[in-house]
Amino acid sequence: MANRSARARTKEPGLPPVAVDPAIIEAEDRRWTPLKIAIWAAIALLGGLSWVMLAVVRGETVNAIWFVFAAVCTYFIGYRFYSKYIEKHLVKPDDSRATPAEYKADGKDFAATDRRVLYGHHFAAIAGAGPLVGPVLAAQMGYLPGTIWIIVGVVLAGAVQDYLVMFFSMRRGGRSLGQMARDELGRVGGTAAIIATLTIMVIIVAILALVVVNALAESPWGVFSVGMTIPIALFMGCYLRFFRPGKVTEVSIIGFVLLLAAIVGGGAVAETDWGVALFTIEKVPLAIGIIVYGFVAAVLPVWLLLAPRDYLSTFMKVGTIVMLAVAIIIVRPEIFAPAVSEFAASGTGPVVSGTLFPFLFVTIACGALSGFHALIASGTTPKLIQKERQTRFIGYGGMLMESFVAIMALVAALSIDRGIYFAMNASAAATGGTIEGAVAFVNGLGMTGVNLTPEMLAQTAKDVGEESIVSRTGGAPTLAVGLAHIMQQLIGGSGMMAFWYHFAIMFEALFILTAVDAGTRVARFMLQDSIGNFFPKFKNTSWRVGAWIATAIMVAAWGAILVMGVTDPLGGINTLFPLFGIANQLLAAIALAVCMAIIAKRGYFRYLWIVALPLGFAAVVTITASFLKIFSPVPAIGYFAQNAAFREALAAGETSFGTAPTVEAMNAVVRNTMVQGILSILFVTLAIIVIITAILATIRAARRGASESSEDAAVASKIFAPAGLIATKAEKEIQAEWDKLPVQPKRGGH
Amino acid sequence: MTVTQIARGIRWYVRGIMGEDAYEKYLAHVEGEHGGGVVPLTEREFWRDRTDRQDANPEGRCC
Repeated sequence: MANRSARARTKEPGLPPVAVDPAIIEAEDRRWTPLKIAIWAAIALLGGLSWVMLAVVRGETVNAIWFVFAAVCTYFIGYRFYSKYIEKHLVKPDDSRATPAEYKADGKDFAATDRRVLYGHHFAAIAGAGPLVGPVLAAQMGYLPGTIWIIVGVVLAGAVQDYLVMFFSMRRGGRSLGQMARDELGRVGGTAAIIATLTIMVIIVAILALVVVNALAESPWGVFSVGMTIPIALFMGCYLRFFRPGKVTEVSIIGFVLLLAAIVGGGAVAETDWGVALFTIEKVPLAIGIIVYGFVAAVLPVWLLLAPRDYLSTFMKVGTIVMLAVAIIIVRPEIFAPAVSEFAASGTGPVVSGTLFPFLFVTIACGALSGFHALIASGTTPKLIQKERQTRFIGYGGMLMESFVAIMALVAALSIDRGIYFAMNASAAATGGTIEGAVAFVNGLGMTGVNLTPEMLAQTAKDVGEESIVSRTGGAPTLAVGLAHIMQQLIGGSGMMAFWYHFAIMFEALFILTAVDAGTRVARFMLQDSIGNFFPKFKNTSWRVGAWIATAIMVAAWGAILVMGVTDPLGGINTLFPLFGIANQLLAAIALAVCMAIIAKRGYFRYLWIVALPLGFAAVVTITASFLKIFSPVPAIGYFAQNAAFREALAAGETSFGTAPTVEAMNAVVRNTMVQGILSILFVTLAIIVIITAILATIRAARRGASESSEDAAVASKIFAPAGLIATKAEKEIQAEWDKLPVQPKRGGH
Repeated sequence: MTVTQIARGIRWYVRGIMGEDAYEKYLAHVEGEHGGGVVPLTEREFWRDRTDRQDANPEGRCC
């Protein structure tokens, strides 16, 4: 904590060192005391034992604690050994160089921030609904494939991407991924990367909005309590603007109390006749409501809605994740799911279609490898980093924490009864949306050990305070049931289940709505920048009319996909979610390709495999998945096969086909599959262009040797701060010297 | 570590995570960098300016 006022200190010559001598760092790393050896041996043994319990022993049931130990021990080992290896050979940070937060310091956008605080900031910015939803849907393949991918994937791919992008962006004054792509890959690759980013953003916002619509449709309690977040945020915004500026924690606590009141109040409202009449909203009107909301929220000033809800969302996010971690460790739920289910190989799972390879790897994106993080890791966070060596802790370490959130979501989804899981996640087209239909469908899947009864569904719905839980697709309601199931064992018993369920729905809706609003804004600026090349007036982002037109275009784009999803006769989530995962992983491939080109230009060819490995994997997975979506002859998987099947049925004069009961619905399927197919083609084409240009840039660099760098010029640093969470002995010594310096008098503040 | 130290640490961390210490950091920057030469924004002006800048430079939130 002492270093927090480093900026205020004198900057005369003769200061203590600003960096630990690299030789001392090396010596500290290599000094293996008996205690250190014992600790790491214990971590390795516990991790190994946990993996054996999960992968080999596979009893009737598995205790959730093994997931926690397997994950945490693997993260520690990955962080201590692999990320240090990357740091040493690929990143080569230099603490004697000033970071943008130091040499561009303006006290506002560029401001050196304590590493522990920035870790929290960065985590709050990268973690959203993604790591909560994907693992829930992937649970249909059993617990093992998802667990392995989340834990191994993050160590070798996701955290590597976040770390590298953050470091390279920091060396370039906090430049965005799009700008770096243009710098490193040239015009073609750069333009493809920017178009891909924009379309991916649209898809991601649309599908997140679809998750919210699915969670709130036909749920008066949910609609009321989530709806109340809008007036609560407006109140908080005005409070901060006019009454007590800057009192962020205070207003967040007030907002949090109001939020709890809205959840409790929602339960009471949902019991009244007028409450049911007013707040029971079907999917289509709800989708239109969210579209209108998205537009209004994106044109309103930030202080009124976005900023206060962001505070609320951060508060809820960090609080709920800590609470869930504590609950899982104390309650230690038993998990009944098989290690690998029959759907992993058959690809006929009702939640998301397709076999384990490649579809597991696109269903779980966030938590293992998330391209979207590259947009956060370039830009905002790099402008706040104090010292170069801290990027390992913040970038690599931050992503490990998100992976842990994904593991907890997986555990929560697996802890509920398998029959109930499938009844909730099979589309209404399969279950008919009724209890009887769901029971017949789930028991008809022929899974061993699953015997769903109508009473189980009715009782669970009653426990969580909902009319029905059949076909509540999208992952959020399942996670909410799982979280409620775990939390009620810790606090409140079954009487509190309804509260915890709606607490979880609120928690997810809150940051999805923030992502929708923020995503629309970012997309609007990107669009205005692009249109501005043809109509220069659009470049001026403060021009009201232009802003409104660009916002309307972006909202219309994601709104159209959202409406397509909610009206899809095939179910919505199960057809669209793969597109979300593919889009996200393609963005990851783009980010990794940019990193590869940068590393090649730095001349580190021996260690290029560190980034080529995740890039190759992401490229193979997403390109295979896209090709299957485009070319597969199986209608459940291939968009165009589905399209052809329905067109033929229409041509044959049939009036119902598959899960589409009317000609109108059949036409809708033809339309939807065409749009989805075209989007798949667009994504895969753009990604291939970016990857090829990156490979070409890499080859060019190999021929030329290390070439000119696009980094900012080095500036000598004048501040010191430790690199990791806990300061090492050498760092403490230097810190002590800095602490001895006289502090300049400060005004205000503490 | 005494209870007050722990409480102070928690307060410091929560304020940091929520971004509540932004104005103090800004003041420290203005004083450190420009000495007495520049009149810093008042607290109210600073927070208005902060959200106005967010209006002009939106930040993505992750999925």
